[in-house]
Amino acid sequence: MNTFWFVMVAIGMLTFLTRLSFILLQDKWQPPSIVTRGLRFVPVAVLTAIFVPEILLIENQLAFSFTNMRLLAGLIAILVAYKTKSALWTIAVGMGVFWLLTWLF
Amino acid sequence: MGVRAELPILLGVTPFGMIYGVLALSAGLTPLQSQAMSSVIFAGSSQFMLVQLVSLGTPALIMIATAFVINLRHALYSLSVAPYLQGLSPLWKVFLSYLLTDEAYAVGIMRFQHQEHSQYKHWYLLGAGVALWACWQLSTAAGIFLGAQVPPGWGLDFTLALTFIALAVPAINDTPALLAAIVAGLTSILTRGLPYKLNLIAAAIAGITVGLWRDRK
Repeated sequence: MNTFWFVMVAIGMLTFLTRLSFILLQDKWQPPSIVTRGLRFVPVAVLTAIFVPEILLIENQLAFSFTNMRLLAGLIAILVAYKTKSALWTIAVGMGVFWLLTWLF
Repeated sequence: MGVRAELPILLGVTPFGMIYGVLALSAGLTPLQSQAMSSVIFAGSSQFMLVQLVSLGTPALIMIATAFVINLRHALYSLSVAPYLQGLSPLWKVFLSYLLTDEAYAVGIMRFQHQEHSQYKHWYLLGAGVALWACWQLSTAAGIFLGAQVPPGWGLDFTLALTFIALAVPAINDTPALLAAIVAGLTSILTRGLPYKLNLIAAAIAGITVGLWRDRK
């Protein structure tokens, strides 16, 4: 397990350098304007790409059905997020619905 | 203020950190290693993947390469916040980069886009980042401490999906952004067969491209 310390530090450094990369480059290199205009879509695109498989897939298979509690609770959470724009309400209602559904069925 | 904006997000992150702590122990890592990983790497999704790889006995180089690719999306975050951090001292840049997780980035960038000219905006990102950092360390410790007492049947991992919903949906403020989200979500599903979570990169590129294309019109 001693090699694991090495693996951990290597990944830590790589992750840090990835996060630092463009922040450090900024003063020396400006991205072309098309890149700058595309950047506003980064949060929306990446965050959606992360959560959609979480609610739509069960064991890597598409699960469009009423037995997929994550999908139902997720859709309600999306509605709450859209209406309230509140992270607290979104997470609380989403989890509440999820627990209620699992308890009921 | 960054701390305050981050607080609701911590509700979703805490169970996730605890589950990570539990899984790390059951994969055979020592409590010290499990805890250290949360501060040395400080990136939830790659920590989860690593724990799985450890329990499968994966070679070191494969683990490093996998985590690197999973964390590539942070280069996009770096590119995206860079203009707002221009002119800060190298120390600030180093510190904020270390803290640039999914959740701190999401909270910080929404603020930057709305209050572009605030003089103290880097403090906002710092507050969000430090709050998340402290929460991640504590919840990891709680997971390690509680161990198997956290029942898997509670579906606590679902809070992470909810956290990302809470961050993504309010950021959709016009048609190009909505299209970017839909296309990114679809691409992420369609390309889920790709190794190393490369579907996230494919989805980001597809979403951004469609957003830009719709913006033109």
